[in-house]
Amino acid sequence: MIWFLTRRVLATVAVLLVMSAIVYGLFYLMPGDPAVLACGKRCGPEQLDVTRHKLGLDQAVHLQYWHFLEGLVAGRDYSSGPDVDHCAAPCLGYSFQSDQPVTSLLLDRLPVSASLTLGALLLALVAGVGAGMLSALRRGTLVERLITGVTLLGFSTPVFLIGLVLLLVFCAWLKVLPFPSYVPLTRNPAEWARNLVLPWCALALIEAALFARVARAGTLETLAEDHVRTFRAYGVSERQVVRRHALRGALAPVATLTAVELATIIVSAMLTESMFGLPGIGKLAVESTTSVDLPVIVGVTLLSGTAVVIANAAADLLHAAIDPRVKLA
Amino acid sequence: MTPVLSVRDLRVRFGDREAVGGVSFDLEPGRALGVVGESGSGKSSLALALARLHVGADVTGSVLLDGTDVLAASGADLRRLRGGRIAMVFQDPLSSLDPYLRVGDQIAEVYRVHTGASRRAAAAKAVEVLDRVGIPDAPRRARAHPHEFSGGMVQRALIAMALALEPRVLVADEPTTALDVTVQARLLALLDELRTDTGMALLLVSHDFGVVAETADDVLVMRDGVAVEHGPVDGVLRTPSARYTRELLRSVPRLDAPRLRVTSPARPEAPGATEGHEPPRGREPLLRVTDLRRDFVSGPPLRRRAVPAVDGVSLEVAPGEALGVVGESGSGKTTLARLVVRLLAPSSGRIEFAGRDVTRLSARDLRPSRRDLQMVFQDPLASLNPRRTVGDSIADPLRVLGEPGAERTARDLMDRVGLDPGRYDAYPHEFSGGQRQRVGIARALGPGPRLLVCDEPVTSLDVSTQAQILALLAELRAERDLALLFVSHDLAVVRRVCDRVAVMRAGRVVETGDVDTVYDHPEDGYTRELLAAVPRLVALDPVV
Repeated sequence: MIWFLTRRVLATVAVLLVMSAIVYGLFYLMPGDPAVLACGKRCGPEQLDVTRHKLGLDQAVHLQYWHFLEGLVAGRDYSSGPDVDHCAAPCLGYSFQSDQPVTSLLLDRLPVSASLTLGALLLALVAGVGAGMLSALRRGTLVERLITGVTLLGFSTPVFLIGLVLLLVFCAWLKVLPFPSYVPLTRNPAEWARNLVLPWCALALIEAALFARVARAGTLETLAEDHVRTFRAYGVSERQVVRRHALRGALAPVATLTAVELATIIVSAMLTESMFGLPGIGKLAVESTTSVDLPVIVGVTLLSGTAVVIANAAADLLHAAIDPRVKLA
Repeated sequence: MTPVLSVRDLRVRFGDREAVGGVSFDLEPGRALGVVGESGSGKSSLALALARLHVGADVTGSVLLDGTDVLAASGADLRRLRGGRIAMVFQDPLSSLDPYLRVGDQIAEVYRVHTGASRRAAAAKAVEVLDRVGIPDAPRRARAHPHEFSGGMVQRALIAMALALEPRVLVADEPTTALDVTVQARLLALLDELRTDTGMALLLVSHDFGVVAETADDVLVMRDGVAVEHGPVDGVLRTPSARYTRELLRSVPRLDAPRLRVTSPARPEAPGATEGHEPPRGREPLLRVTDLRRDFVSGPPLRRRAVPAVDGVSLEVAPGEALGVVGESGSGKTTLARLVVRLLAPSSGRIEFAGRDVTRLSARDLRPSRRDLQMVFQDPLASLNPRRTVGDSIADPLRVLGEPGAERTARDLMDRVGLDPGRYDAYPHEFSGGQRQRVGIARALGPGPRLLVCDEPVTSLDVSTQAQILALLAELRAERDLALLFVSHDLAVVRRVCDRVAVMRAGRVVETGDVDTVYDHPEDGYTRELLAAVPRLVALDPVV
């Protein structure tokens, strides 16, 4: 267990290092001068030099990267002559657009994105696993066909289309829900949920469809296994067989899949945030990409990368908790 | 005595196919009925039908269990009967318990379903019955998961589960097929003991006549869904009335059966050689293995240990000689076979083939020797590419060797091993198990080997098919002066085909010698234990 965690932490650090190097390289070494982007179009050559020096862009590439890493771990100082800007420990630099520290930009938006993704994930899991198991247990009935149909629809409909339809139906026509705007959970939980219901549904549908398929397959497979026959042969009722013996078998593959799917959800969340106008990290990512706000892009990438890597480790732990045969090593 | 189980005209139909076609029998308390048959005979379908466990099958007739008709019982009644009156033990021990839950909890669950006992009482009962079936340190073992149990222990746990409910009938479907002989012997003894102690009746389904002969009072021989013979074990064994029973009995490999004779034109018998199977001594050995060792590394990092699977084995195979390697699972016999053909690299030791040291040769340098050294695998289906025609599978090794006319040779080989060359373009799934093994043998013969390494080549086959394959191997040996390294857990099969035998245990060879000497006068204690554990057709065997 301890060895597993140590290894996972080391692996996470390694993955993030490689990822940061690639992203850093891609963006900072791209044609086009970051200094021009940072300083603005109307900067003269002298101001450009000052900016370049302040951002450390006049240094060798590997030194720049080194300082970037240093900033992440220990914080760094940006100085242009007398005035020094200190950027505290996980320092990702300053946005070219707004001049705000990237770290605080991200932290401001993190609750929105976390609310959206985790909520949608939970919804997708509950709805997907439920529907999947139900369709496996009601094989050959109308229920199964209905679920299969909805699943297929969920698979084949893009998030933005679902979002649009939901907005039209619930906000424009029926007027039962507000056009979503983010209300912090700490301020008003009920409003928080009411505003997030539609984005959750939009984001969850496609994932729920995927979970439903996997849960269905897992349930069918487990129900056909020998040990299920054993309990049937010993007079255990079908309900108890499903609850005690088939559920775990159906859940194990879903747990692994969830971690893999988190990356997809994060990408879909970007679309969802933009379309519902939620001020989350996804929206920030889209904005920063269109305005070539390099430090923000790097920050967003590293943050989402970290989330995915951590989710994968968590899935492995969860898998081991579900299945005693899995050894963490 | 009134029968506890009374079956009349039981039929099981899957669509158009009738798996069981009208079987009737009675089983009295404390008695044991053995149901014998080859694969596809309907014996497992019969067993499942007794507790109405079939899904999607049409079951008719009557199964009277203690006066209640199982086939007519309502849902709740049926659940009370299942486990409570008739309990089951299945073939594959590793998959018959829920891998996610503790063994004790699973027994307790079933016990509570039937008795409504408290959690604590059920847990105590689980420990009690586990102890009763001989699980050592039962209180601790009850908290283990099934994968921490050996196959024999899981079967004991299942029997314990049944025992907790005190059923009137225990149905055991091939309960020992996946187990080693010594484990099998102990499990059969346990079943016997419980039957005497509790008076429960036993219905034992098996493909193995020996197992049934040792355990059952009566035997029912099945073929194509019907009972071809039914009577007391001794009578059926001594004077079988059905022709099929006689054939089946003849096919059963027996410890005291005569060797399949090899008379090789290429190897005229030395004068004075007894019986024609004297190992051809004096010739340079074809294969010489010296102090061979293979370690597998396991365990967590920092505490990693090298576990030897093969631990200093030395043996020789002369040209044209058949050496049997017997041992129980985990004895290292398969690892040894894989080392010899260099599918695995040895950790240390030396392998000489035809006078050439092949221990450390690279794959490229080894290639010339590959022609002389071929392997036949245990699972004929898994060792054939399902997407390639059998003809191509046979021709492929020849193509790799760049031989002209590979396809024609492949057809000739098919003909030689008893397959229709016209089925060159058929795929493995279109063949029966025995035919597939013929394909595997034909493929191995292609390059014209001098040594054939066979890893459990007949283990997954029915006895009658087994007999045919063994006969084929004997013929091929005679015809081509082929040497065999024949790995098997089945002592009777080894005696039938081999000149000499090496007995393995825990990676070491504990005894080696001429088959007759080893089987009739075993020196090592383990060999004696192994031989004693083999079920015998008591009525036929001379008392040893």
